[in-house]
Amino acid sequence: MAPVTAFLRNSWRTLTAMRTALILLFLLAVAAIPGALLPQRSLNQGNVNQYIADNGWLGEFFDKLQLFDVFSSWWFTAVYVLLFISLVGCLTPRSIDLVKQLKAPPPLAPRNLARLPHHAAYRTTATPEQAADQVQKSLKGWRVRRNNGDGRVSGSIELSAERGYAREVGNIVFHFGLLFLLIAFAAGKFVYAEGMRVIIANEESPAFCNTTPSAYDSFRAGLLVDGTDLAPFCIKVEDFRTDYLPNGQAEMFTSNIRFSEEVTTTDPATWEPYTLQVNHPLRIGGTRVYLQGHGFAPTFTVTFPNGETRTDTVQWQPTDLLTFLSSGIMRFDPPAGMYPDIDDRLEQQIAIQGLFAPTASFDGNILSSRFPRMDDPAVAIDVYQGNAGLDNGGAQSIFSLDPDLMESGALERRARVNLMPGESTTLPDGTEVRFDGADEFINIQVSEDPTQIWVGVFAAVMVGGLVLSLMVRRRRIWARIIVDEAQATRVDLGGLAKTDRSGWGREFDDLRDRLATIATATPVLPPSDTASSRGDDPDASWKDNIR
Amino acid sequence: MNTVNLAQGLPVNETLSTYSDLAYRSAFGLYVLALVASLIYYAGFRVAKVTKSSRNLVGAGGPGLTESTSLTDTGDEDRESAGSVRWARIAQLFIIIAFLFQAAALILRGVATGRFPWGNMYEFILATTLLGVGAGLIFLRKPALQVAWPFVLVPVLILLFFGGTNLYSEAAPVVPALQSYWLPIHVSIISLGSAILLISGVASIMYLIRVWQPQGQETGWSSGLSRPLPHADTLDRLAYRTAVIAFPIYSVGILLGAVWAEGAWGRFWGWDPKETASFVSWVLYAGYLHARATSGWGPKKAAWINLAGFAVLIFNLFFINIVVSGLHSYAGLN
Repeated sequence: MAPVTAFLRNSWRTLTAMRTALILLFLLAVAAIPGALLPQRSLNQGNVNQYIADNGWLGEFFDKLQLFDVFSSWWFTAVYVLLFISLVGCLTPRSIDLVKQLKAPPPLAPRNLARLPHHAAYRTTATPEQAADQVQKSLKGWRVRRNNGDGRVSGSIELSAERGYAREVGNIVFHFGLLFLLIAFAAGKFVYAEGMRVIIANEESPAFCNTTPSAYDSFRAGLLVDGTDLAPFCIKVEDFRTDYLPNGQAEMFTSNIRFSEEVTTTDPATWEPYTLQVNHPLRIGGTRVYLQGHGFAPTFTVTFPNGETRTDTVQWQPTDLLTFLSSGIMRFDPPAGMYPDIDDRLEQQIAIQGLFAPTASFDGNILSSRFPRMDDPAVAIDVYQGNAGLDNGGAQSIFSLDPDLMESGALERRARVNLMPGESTTLPDGTEVRFDGADEFINIQVSEDPTQIWVGVFAAVMVGGLVLSLMVRRRRIWARIIVDEAQATRVDLGGLAKTDRSGWGREFDDLRDRLATIATATPVLPPSDTASSRGDDPDASWKDNIR
Repeated sequence: MNTVNLAQGLPVNETLSTYSDLAYRSAFGLYVLALVASLIYYAGFRVAKVTKSSRNLVGAGGPGLTESTSLTDTGDEDRESAGSVRWARIAQLFIIIAFLFQAAALILRGVATGRFPWGNMYEFILATTLLGVGAGLIFLRKPALQVAWPFVLVPVLILLFFGGTNLYSEAAPVVPALQSYWLPIHVSIISLGSAILLISGVASIMYLIRVWQPQGQETGWSSGLSRPLPHADTLDRLAYRTAVIAFPIYSVGILLGAVWAEGAWGRFWGWDPKETASFVSWVLYAGYLHARATSGWGPKKAAWINLAGFAVLIFNLFFINIVVSGLHSYAGLN
């Protein structure tokens, strides 16, 4: 049993030693570096895939080392947890020490004050009691302990003074703030929820209600969130406006929305209005609604040979964030009943893939965009007929067609055209595809994190403690008052800076000068031949001698 | 393909922004002259013969001070070159004039664009180096620290050079994400903290040179580099004193950045490359303060940690936007 406890005790001691804490801190910094330099899955899955594809085995190797998921990797977590334990193990004894120190009087004066980093001595004509009183009076704000003859040197009056206890208080407060900040941050990873949703910004688009994760295009949440307890509210996006500078730089994104703080079927026009902008999220209780992005959603109408029409508006992905040239696809099922056989119907789907330019510019037949605002829209599209993958059962991208379908001949290209709004193209079988124009869409992010307020509170506590611990300096001063061989009162001062010496030299000198001035101002007791030899201005005598 | 018209009809005062550019170039030229003057002072530095002034006074027995000793205050900070100090004064003068020109460049830029002038990398470099030189004027006042100016002016000039060339952006309004009252708050606090940490980092570099070539024992080709430097303790203390002031400022800057990110990006912390690198530098500076306070970790190791923190800080402030794309990429680079 004994070796086990010894091992545990030694491990604990090693782990909680300052040296270990420093090494762990350093490891934490090093471990975070790949998180800054390599693409991270949590930020951009696409960039990670691209990186792995570009770097072959090296990318795969990095992936095995979890270098693309640094902040959820086992090694980052290990350092973090060890540091955490080390912090607790360091803070507990220090807190106990602090309480003891706050109760204890300042330590006794050392025997030889001249050995201290700062030392001064002066003579005064005052009695030892008076001289001690003078010193004590000038130590305002210090914790002073006075020993009348019962100190280390018998027959002397000793003063011990200490100042700057707030330094250690601040130090402990800082570290506890950090500890609780980390706890709150980690807890947040269990209880947060974040949903993204594309909403087409026009009058007809339906209201969006925060009822279930499936209302979102993408939804991420902590392990303790099952999505059944989302804050109930609804929003209706009424419009979206982008203001651009003449050079195409965005000036402001604005969306007028209406919201209701409950899930309701009332007319959205009666809800409360809000102007959603970048930097101006809508806050409903602890839930925040952000305007995170925007783009264009073209509208196409397909007229099938039997005269039936289908119209759809789908968001396309901005591929150039300067000009908002966007790319995307559209898929249409033929109307029910057009083909008696389900397989025939599958083979007659219409798919559109192409580019959208808000302000079109043509170089020959090549479409590009000149400006991000929708001034003169156009599309350059390929129209396919065949199996668009809608009913394959597999996941399909909403921004591009599966190239396998085209290679295998399941999808065949029937047209390649540039269309302005209202223009259309007709496929060989008589199907007509018309470009009707485009709407703007916005990306809405809805976030909940009940812990973030605590992270903020503890961060503030941490900064408060930090400032206190770095600005307050711990100093000790001792004074010993004796009657020397010449029967004069002699005061010895010693000073010590406990942690941070900066500025201490001047502080000590100021105190010394103040006391020496008081000492010389005390009326000279006659007769004293030694005092008279100093002349009229005894103050000058020592001032000349220092510096 | 992208025929975007740049800089046409932007809502900025072009006359003032031209004057701002002119002031920037003047400041750059004056800093070069200051660097030359400070290098002349550095090269001509002559170490005075050490005469140990006794501070132990023995009084005649009357009232008044009889003894005073100080082991921590060596008086080393007041040590000037025993030769001519004229070039140090000239360098100081040029630095102050250049500082005023640079301040004018920043203020004119702000007036020209009608916003706080730190909305892109060019302006950020302009503001941070201005504060860095300002911090130098405050913390390097002591005669012995006049020799530190070349160490400060070289990085300042490099940054100003890249700011004025590769990273230069026309005066223009900022993108919507930057249109917030947090822009002046967050950026100026980060900038101020970094500027003071620049002095701290420079002090640690000088400290390490000094430790490598101890005072009075300089040898070899680099003795000219190390001889004018003040005592290692003086440099170590300067590095620590400035770090202690800057660290809370830098911390507050990062935390307020998190507050801003909560309003602008939808989360207060998301390990964006710039956030991650600022975390790394913060951890390193925290390590420095701990190492400095821990006995057994000599000041030399601490100085290396300070330098590591400084390297990450500089990389993060000025270069990460160029190397890695993240949310902080509005440098006019993309």
